[in-house]
Formats: sequence, structure tokens, C-alpha cells
Amino acid sequence: MTEPLLQVTGLNRCFGAIQASRDLSFGIVAGEIHALIGPNGAGKTTAINQLTGEIEPDSGSIVFDGRDITRLPVHKRALMGLARSFQITAVFEHLTIEENLALAVQAHMGHSYRFWARADRDLRLTRPTRDTLRLVGLEERASAPASSLSHGEKRQLEVGMALAGQPKLLLLDEPMAGMGPGGTVELSNLIGELKGRITMLLVEHDMDVVFSLADRITVLVYGEAVATGTPEQIRANPLVRQAYLGEEHD
Amino acid sequence: MLLILEQLMNGLQLGVMLFLMSAGLTLVFGIMQVINLAHGSFYMVGAYTAATVTQLTGSFLLGLLAALPAAAAVGMLVEAVVLRRLYSRDHLDQVLATFGLILFFNELTRMIWGRQPLFMDVPDWLSGTVELFPGAPYPSYRLAVIGMGILVAVFLYLLFTRTRLGMQIRAGASNREMIAALGVNIRFLYTLVFGLGAMLAGLAGVMAGPILAVEAGMGEEILILTFVVIVIGGIGSIRGALIAALLVGMVDTLGRVFLPGLFRLFLPVAEADGIGASLASMSVYILMAAILVWRPRGLFPAQI
Amino acid sequence: MLGMGLVALVALPPAMNALGETYLVSLFSRILIYALVAVSLDLILGYGGMVSLGHAAFFGIGGYVVGILAFHSYEAEPLFTWPFIFEGTENGLLTLPLAMLVSAFFALIIGFFSLRTTGMHFIMITLAFAQMLYYFSVSLEAYGGDDGLSLYARNQLPGINLGDDDSFYYLCLGILVIYLYVSHRLVNSRFGRVIQGVRENERRMQALGFATYRYKLVCFTIAGAGAGLAGALIANQTEFVSPGLMHWTRSGEILVMVLLGGMGTLFGPVLGAIVLLLLEEVLAIYTEHWMVLLGPFLVVVVLFAKRGLYGLLTGRKP
Repeated sequence: MTEPLLQVTGLNRCFGAIQASRDLSFGIVAGEIHALIGPNGAGKTTAINQLTGEIEPDSGSIVFDGRDITRLPVHKRALMGLARSFQITAVFEHLTIEENLALAVQAHMGHSYRFWARADRDLRLTRPTRDTLRLVGLEERASAPASSLSHGEKRQLEVGMALAGQPKLLLLDEPMAGMGPGGTVELSNLIGELKGRITMLLVEHDMDVVFSLADRITVLVYGEAVATGTPEQIRANPLVRQAYLGEEHD
Repeated sequence: MLLILEQLMNGLQLGVMLFLMSAGLTLVFGIMQVINLAHGSFYMVGAYTAATVTQLTGSFLLGLLAALPAAAAVGMLVEAVVLRRLYSRDHLDQVLATFGLILFFNELTRMIWGRQPLFMDVPDWLSGTVELFPGAPYPSYRLAVIGMGILVAVFLYLLFTRTRLGMQIRAGASNREMIAALGVNIRFLYTLVFGLGAMLAGLAGVMAGPILAVEAGMGEEILILTFVVIVIGGIGSIRGALIAALLVGMVDTLGRVFLPGLFRLFLPVAEADGIGASLASMSVYILMAAILVWRPRGLFPAQI
Repeated sequence: MLGMGLVALVALPPAMNALGETYLVSLFSRILIYALVAVSLDLILGYGGMVSLGHAAFFGIGGYVVGILAFHSYEAEPLFTWPFIFEGTENGLLTLPLAMLVSAFFALIIGFFSLRTTGMHFIMITLAFAQMLYYFSVSLEAYGGDDGLSLYARNQLPGINLGDDDSFYYLCLGILVIYLYVSHRLVNSRFGRVIQGVRENERRMQALGFATYRYKLVCFTIAGAGAGLAGALIANQTEFVSPGLMHWTRSGEILVMVLLGGMGTLFGPVLGAIVLLLLEEVLAIYTEHWMVLLGPFLVVVVLFAKRGLYGLLTGRKP
């Protein structure tokens, strides 16, 4: 087996008396869609936040693309190719859709201490922006403010922003949350299209989506990874059925 | 040695005043997440009311008794008329509206009492000195201020640890969503906290009356030091406010007295006094900057 | 509409001189200078989302740079003797850039500390640092302390007689127009985009890969330089500097101008400065206690007219 793109080893993180990550270990293989599932409060978002650097782990290590990033600040990880979408949509409401995406492109073009040239006439910025607009299907609304988008469209924009920097690993934190059935189909199609081109870590409650898209699944219970395997293995794992599905019913 | 003791007491006394100002304000910040610049106005209302009533009746105690409800009433009125509408707004709106309130209150006092400062006498029964220990006299009035501060600190401690209301307030300061979840009547609680904060500010104003001049704009001078205290102590933390208030009181007082002397050790007198005075006036802000580098959210940050 | 406004401002001095209201020329010089400092505040406030309550500090520093340089120049007493002897100067070509530079330096220091925090903390800390500089200027006994420092004359510029109120007015107008154009380029540049992204959602910007703290600090410093330039002009206009220039109520006043005119726009603050200062003048005619009216007026503006005048006039959202 090849070296994983991202390897998490022995991550621990407490919030007061609650241990949100408990000796958490898993690896993400390049090119795969890896899903992180678990009941509410299992520490999925805490895990993601430690990967992006918003929360520092108490102990353990995170190695990404051959480099230990455990103590690296958020923006440096992003520049290394670790992109994320947020659980609650986090687009720049007062900027236009195009400007939203342009910012994401701009982030990966070196520093932005350019004070004079107009950003909207900069072809190096506008070209990749247009490409991403097309990819997420928002081309026609490019100059509308992001606040005018529907919830599902904001999600698409979110994912577009994460994609604009051509990340090596994309962290999708509950991309389907709050979406109608139509939007869910559209977004899973988009994720399916990207499969193989971009490695993804998918945190999602919608089990249909998870089992149809994921190559590998890690099950989190009380901050601990109780099982990792292919969708078939996870479906068959008695420990998972007991711990996870049992929890879901009460 | 005696000088040091006297200055320590003066620092303590300034610290106590700052604590009275900041205890209420840090709760308002913590619970309602609203920044209120007009807190100094309640201090001014307290001082003016006390000065006026004392002049009319000749009794400092009556002045004090009139000032506390007056400050609390003005505070609750301001909360009900203006601030309540600002809780859901961003901080900028709160800053501007309460800035408007300051202009209003300062000018109103000028219209009522004129531009000349009022002077309040120390009441006769507190005008003497007390020997802290033989050969070290200290003004009784300042001792009374310190005593009052300790009394208020104890009162707040009991209120917040022993009463249901106090625990609700404390829960609100450290976790806003929690009080809503507890089903507390938030509107009433907010008005009450605001009134309490205004009353404490009014008390500080009364105490300051005989020490400083009672004049329009007196509230802003102490307001900014109060902000420094709250930033150092951590927003929403009474314990932080107490410790930071004493710290700021000491640093400010001792800096003013001893820094020029310190610089005289290795600089010519004129230069030493100049640099010493400049540094002393900046000392509490430098302290604040240092603490911010170390702990950006203050010494006792509330969990939000 | 903007063109009409500019024409009106250009035509103001001859018109006022014809009417015999020469006082209004110097009033409008003052208004233009405050417009400049308000626009600089809007760069961090309206575009960057940083609510600073200490902007007047940089305004005051700019003023003091001009004041102190002129003082040393007049007294022929060197400001410093190492590494070279510098006896101050009254040359505007030196004083104006120096005022910007020194203000920018102070903004860098103050921003370095205050930008570690956000929200309420940031407001209080900028206020506290500004007040620190205020007390520092009070303690400058050599430069007049509390009473301030008078200039013997305005600075010199080649080809312009600044002592003439009309010429000075045109200088202020010219600088304001240039500053607006520079700011226009700035907010539409890549840097400007980053700053506006930070205003919208700083956490998201970090997740995209921006070191937001540094961008904010650079923006804060640029705004400080703008305020310093305005301060240098006001020192020349009144031929006087005092700690009052950086008092925190002045920071509040500048903030009011931005909000009143419309934040997040470039012409809003200009409009805000014109309206607020004219309003003060007019109210002062009727009563010496005009602030008792201005205070509640501000409260009403905040509660009911969030978009500012510029927004009302153009129908644009802030």
C-alpha cells in the first residue's frame, strides 16, 4: 500500500471533561473519497477542525503530504492544498459570486499585497475563476451578490471556493446539511465527478450519499475510530452496527 | 517607607473605584454582548446627584442615598429606551448610539449645573485622619472608600454565589445561550443587571465627588481606565475585574509617584521628571499591551 | 452627481469671496480635511470591518509632527544631532510625507497589539491606546503640554502660498481628490478584495489560505498614514496643535461622519463630514448647548438610518 496523503496518529483533544478526540488514528489514501461517520457528538467536527488547524490537539500528530502539520497555522495548511467547506455555509454574503471565487483563486497566487491594479481586470485571476464558475454551474449569476443565492446554491459556491485552489485534499463538512432532495442529487453528482481527481474527506449524515460515494469509511464513536474499511466491510461489521446504529435509534 | 505605604493605600483606593465601575460594566458586556460607552454618565449622575443633595441638606449620607437610586433609574431608563434596541445590532451601532448618549448627558449636566465644576466637601465625620500604625496618618475618607469597595466586593460575591438571581446572571455572563435555555426572563434580567451596574457606577461617582471635581465629562476619564481593567480582567469576569482593577490602580498610582524618582537615578532631574511623567501616564496602557501579548482574551476569559 | 459636487467645491472660494463670507472658505478647508480622515477610517471600518475607536490618535500624531518640526525650525534648536543634525523644517514637501510616515509607524505598533483581538476587545483597546497617546502628548511639556503648540506660520510649498486661505483650500481639495482616487484603486485591487473578505468572514479567509492578521495590519497602517496626512493639514490650517486633536471624542466624531455618510463607500464619509460639521455650525448658531440635540440625533441615525446619507441618495446598500 502507498503512503497515505494524510495520516492522523493518536490524536487527543479534551474540552473540559469531554474528550472529543480519543487516540484518534486514520489515514486517507490519495485519490479516494474517505468518509467520516458517527453519531451526533462523536467528535467529527472536532476532528476536521484539528485537520484544518482551527483547534490544536492536546497530543498526537497529523502528517499531510509528507510533512508534519500538527502545529501549522490554518492559512499555511490551506496553502499546502488542504481545503475545506464549512458545515454552516460560509460564503462572503456581500461580495458577488465571482468575487467569492476569485478570492479563493487569489489565495493560491502568492501574496495579495497588490494595491493598485484592478482585480477584476486581472486575467490570471478571472480565467481560473470563470472555469470554477462553470464547474459549479453558477456562471449565469456571476455578478449577483452571494446573499441572493438559495441555500443549495450557496453550498455549490462553497464547494467551488474549496475547489478553486486546486486542493490536494478537500474536507467536506456535512455538505448536504439543510439541502432539499434535488440539491442533494446535484451536489453528489458534482462530488462524484471530482472523484479520482481530488482526494476527499467527507463528513456526512446522509448514509445513502456516504455509501454510494465513499471508497473507505471510518466510524467515530466518542471521539475514537472504532472501525475503518470499505463500505461493505463497515456494513458487515457487528461492532459498528451495535455502537453506531444502536446509538442512532435512541 | 511611609510614603510607600501611603501610596499603596492610594493605589488601593483607585483600584476600588475602578472595581465599582468595572464590575457592572463587565457584566453588561459579558451578558448582553453590548458595548456601552455611556457607563461613565451613570458615574457622573451619581456624583452630581450626591453633590446637589448634600449641598441642599448638608448631609453626605442623604446625598449618597439619593444618588444610588438616581443612577440606577437613569441606567434602567437608558436600557429600556435605547440599549434594548441595540442588543441584536453590531458593536459599531452600539458604540455610536452610546457615544450620542454621552454627548447628550454631558451637555445636559452643563445646562442644569453650568460649566463650573461643583465641589463636594468630605463629611465632617470622615474629615480626620486615622493612624494606620504609629506615625502613619491616612485620611479617614479614603479609608472609607476602600472599606466601601470591600463591602461591595463581598456583597457581589454573596450575590453571585449564594442567590439564585446571582447564579443566573453569572451563567449568562459566561454562556449566553445557557440562560435562554434555563427559561429565565431575559428582558427583566438584562434591565436588572443594567440597573445594578449603573448603581455601582453611581456609587463610584459619589465616592469620587469629594476627591475630584464634579464636572461634565468626568465620567469619560474613568471610563477609559475601566475599559483597560475589563480588557485585562477578561470580559464578563467579576473576579477578573477585581484583580485587574487593583492591578491598574496600583500601577497607575505608584508609577506617577515613583517613576520620575527612578529616572533621576541616572538622568538629569528635568529630563528624568519629563520622561518619568510621560511613562507614568502610559504605564497602565503598557501593562495592558503586555498582558494582551500574553493572554489576548484577558486574565480570566469567560467561555463563549 | 459626483461631478456636480466637485464643481460646487471648486467654485466655492470665489463664490464665498464674492458674497463676503470668507470665513466659510476656511470652514470648508476644515471640512475637507475631516473628510480625508473620515475616508481613511472607512478603509479599515467600512471595508475592513475593524471598528477602531482610536483613529484620532493618528490624526493627532500627524498634527504634532508638523508642529514639532516647525517648532524646532523656528527655535533653531536641533530636534536630534545624531546621526545627522536635524533642526526641523517648515517645508511641506518634507513635513507632509513625514507626518504620514510617523503616523503609519504608530498605527503599525498599535495595530500589532490590537489586531490580536476582535470585536468588543478591539474597540476598547484601540480606544485605550489612543488615550495613551493623548496623555503622552499632554505630558510633552517642551511642546506646550496641555495647552498645545502654536505654529508661527503655515508650511511652505513651492509655487503655492499656503498662507492664503483660498490656495490652502485648493490644496486640501486636491489632496482629498487624489486620496479618493488612490483609495478607489486600493479597494478594487487584490489587496482590497482580501480586506473585504476579512470583513465578511475572517475564519473563511484563513481557511482559504490568507494570513488575515498581516493583511489587516497593513490596512490599519495605510489608514493610519491617511489620518496622519489629514492631521498635518489641520495643523497647518489652524496653525496650532494640541492634545485635543487626539482626544477620544474626536475619534467618535470621525466614526460618526463615516456612519452618517455611509460606510463601505468612498464618497459617503466625505458627505458625512460635510453634513456633520455644517450641522454643528448651524446648531451652534441657535444654542450653545447644541450637543444636547446632536446626541439624540446620533441615536436616531443609528436606530433608523443605517445605510447612511450616501445610501439614501444613491439607493445603494452599504
